[in-house]
Formats: sequence, C-alpha cells, structure tokens
Amino acid sequence: MYPENLRYTKDHEWIDVKGSDGTVGVTFFAQKELGDVVFVELPDVGRSLAQGEIFGTIESVKAVSEIYSPVSGTVLAVNTDLKDHPEQVNLDPYGAGWMVKIRLANSGEIGGLMESRTYQSLVGGGH
Amino acid sequence: MPGTPALKRTPLHAAHMALDARLVEFAGWEMPVQYRGVIEEHLAVRKCAGLFDVSHMGEISIRGPRALDAVQRLTSNDAARLADGQAQYSALTTPKGSPVDDIIVYRFAADRFFLCVNAANDDKDFTWIQEHMPAGAKAEHVSDQYAQMALQGPRAQVILSALTDAPLTALSSFSFTEAPVAGRKAVIARTGYTGEDGFEIYCAPHDAPHVWEALLEKGQPVGLQPAGLAARDTLRLEACMALYGNDIDETTTLLEAGLGFIVKLEKGDFIGRQALLDQKREGLGRKLVGFEMVERGVARHGYPVSIGGERAGQVTSGTYAPYVRKNVGLAYLPSRATAPGSEFDVMIRAKPVRARVIRTPFYKRTR
Repeated sequence: MYPENLRYTKDHEWIDVKGSDGTVGVTFFAQKELGDVVFVELPDVGRSLAQGEIFGTIESVKAVSEIYSPVSGTVLAVNTDLKDHPEQVNLDPYGAGWMVKIRLANSGEIGGLMESRTYQSLVGGGH
Repeated sequence: MPGTPALKRTPLHAAHMALDARLVEFAGWEMPVQYRGVIEEHLAVRKCAGLFDVSHMGEISIRGPRALDAVQRLTSNDAARLADGQAQYSALTTPKGSPVDDIIVYRFAADRFFLCVNAANDDKDFTWIQEHMPAGAKAEHVSDQYAQMALQGPRAQVILSALTDAPLTALSSFSFTEAPVAGRKAVIARTGYTGEDGFEIYCAPHDAPHVWEALLEKGQPVGLQPAGLAARDTLRLEACMALYGNDIDETTTLLEAGLGFIVKLEKGDFIGRQALLDQKREGLGRKLVGFEMVERGVARHGYPVSIGGERAGQVTSGTYAPYVRKNVGLAYLPSRATAPGSEFDVMIRAKPVRARVIRTPFYKRTR
C-alpha cells in the first residue's frame, strides 16, 4: 500500500528519488479518499516549483483537491497519459498514475519527508 | 466533537458497515456516500440496478375531511388530479413562489395524504405546514415511523417481483400500492431520483434490514449493487432533476428553476400563486439551464459564471457525468443567454473555462 522505497508528505503525495530526479504522484490513501478521478491538471514542463507549492489539481467525481510539490525543483516531464486516462490515479497510484518528474533543487529536502512507516501511521494503516 | 449533536443513523447503518461503505454526514445523518465506487454504482443503475438507503428522507401525513384542500393550499401542483394510489412531484411554496421544499405527494384516500420531503428540510417543512394549515386537516410528523429504500434501474422490476405479489407490471409511473415485500408490510411506489425506472419502498424501520438483505440477495446474481449518495447525486444530475439546496431554494422561484410543470395556476388559490402569476406575466429575468463544458474542467456548485467577462450567474450543480461521459452542470443565466448553443465561461479557480448551454435532460432513458 505504501512502498518502502518512497518518501511521503502530510498532503498525501509520494516521491521516488533516483539520483537528482524525483517522480511524484499521490498516495493510495489520497486516491481512495478522492474516489474516482476524472481529470488531472498538471504544470508545464520547465516550470520551477518551491517545496509545498501547488502544482496541479485533481478532480474526482465528488471533489477537487490540490497537489503540492514535495520538493523544490524544475518540472522535467508530466504524465500526459492522464489526460485520457485519469483513472490510472486510482488503479495504479505508484505506477501509471504518476504525475510529474522533478529535477531536485535541494536534495537535502528529502530527509524531511516521511518514510513509509511514519506515513502509514498518519493515515491509520489504510485498507 | 463537543457541541456537535450526534449524527442520526438509519436502521440500515449496520448493513452499510458490513458492506464496507464510506459513511459521511448528510443533513444531520450518517449516510453511505459510496460502496465500491461512484462510477461503478452509477453505471450499475443505468445498465442493471442499484439499491439506495434513503431512510433519511422525511415523511409527513396530512389527514382529515379537508386534507385535499390543505394539500391544494400548501402545494403548487394539482393534487385534485390524484386518485387513490397515485402520487405526484410537487412543491411546498412560499408567498414568493419559491419552494420551501420539493416533495412527492401521495394520495392514500380522499382524507389521507402523505408527503415525502427532503431530509435537510424535514423539520422546516413540518413547522411550515403547521403554521399554514387550514382548518379541517391535521399534519403529523411521521419520519421516525418509516425507513425507505430506492431500487432503481432497468432490472428493478424483475428483482422486486421475486419478493412481492403486487402486480408490478400494472403499477405505472407515479403510482403506488400497499403490499408485502419479502414478507414485510410495505408501500411500493414507482418513483425515483435517478432517471431510471424503479421503485421507492417504504417499510417500518425494524423491517428495513430484512427487506434490504432480501433485495440484495435476489438482485446481486443479476448485477444489483448497493449505491450511495454520490451516485444518487450524479444520476439525478444526469437526468436533470433539481437538488434542493443546490439548484433550488427559497430564493429561486419554481418558474426560474424550470419547474413550471408542477405549477398549476388554474387549480385555484395556493400560497405563492399570485407571485408566480405575476412572474409569468412579466417574464423571467433568469433561468436554470443545463450546460456542458467545452474546455477541460469540472464545474462545481457555487462557481461563478461570466459572459463576455461580466459576472452573469452561478453554477448550482456540476459533475463529471459517468454515463454520458461529459462534464455537465446546471446554472442560472440571464434569460437572453439561455438558448441551446449559447456559450459562457465558468470561473474555475479564477480562470475562465468555456461552457455551452445544451438541451436537458443530459440523459433520458429510452426503454
């Protein structure tokens, strides 16, 4: 439910850091709370983001919620498949449901994010 | 939380827990918002059948030798057209011609009517009725005496017929009958809030879990799913049925809301009749229209609407509509801008997103 190789935010994003880049999406808990996702609005490639900055929105049938950047950096790529297949956020939140890749501006920020176990205790285990 | 009154629970609360439903607060009730997912439940109702717990709805009985006169005075539709065993969509009206609530009026007998009202308005309606009740009839608040389930969808009749001897084929739309369901005393009405064929079933609260389980057991092999308030909302919006508190309230007249079909000005006097007559003569300044998003984005209740950069109204309901697969909504617009094809902008997070007026309903069943 909450892979151990990822880091997590209190706003329910995950980041998978490989070298100086990180892939970002929303957690299993987030997609379950949102319900069926119907539209994801993502930033332009090249946009620079501050840690905690809103970079997109997720519309589910019932609600809209914002997505916050777990780290500072520059957007390297966005998942354009979500335009036609927003349901991937529900079906595969850590895989095909990824949202953006970010070139990290400050890898020191990663240490301040939650590990799987800490995040899991925040969301009550989830099921 | 201190100071927060405990949420009311329906007699089916344990059944929802057992089905792992997600429960939310709605109008003071703890209600299932979804079971397996809103889109799946929505499509089950369109293609097969869904079962909703709507026990939060309120019920008011009106009895007495002048019960019909009382209903005629309090509501906008013409209750004199009802025979025993017939029901109609109607509204309790304010002197301004706006709804105190939109309701269903059932005629059991000439001296016995029954109103089904919105949960959020249950107490307000009863107070209003008592304050405006003519002599010769008496209102009784009976919400606690009824549970209610809605069985909706093209397979609803097949499923229900396995559990009742009532002649369902002969039960036409907006008719009702008193007959046991799964061996328990019930009222079966051919009504609903989804745009599909189906039934609303009233029974005693202590019988509700048995009836619910029996319906699920009979229905699940043919595709029946329990469905929550989220699907109820997307289904009613796809069928363009108004939601009180979103699309209509005491600040919107029935004519503005496109509910002229429940305004019977020729039936005799009723509360709000003069205001509605005047508005009909003078013309409407604004109307509730259906729209689809032309550009990507989902409109939501309360989003502003602009035409040519000027604020022109607001969205009252909006969603992704799972069956027609469009982002749709309802909005009040100036009458001159309501022709199908007219374009306007919905302000989504301060950005204009293009939308277009289209014919309603967005979905109409063909069977």
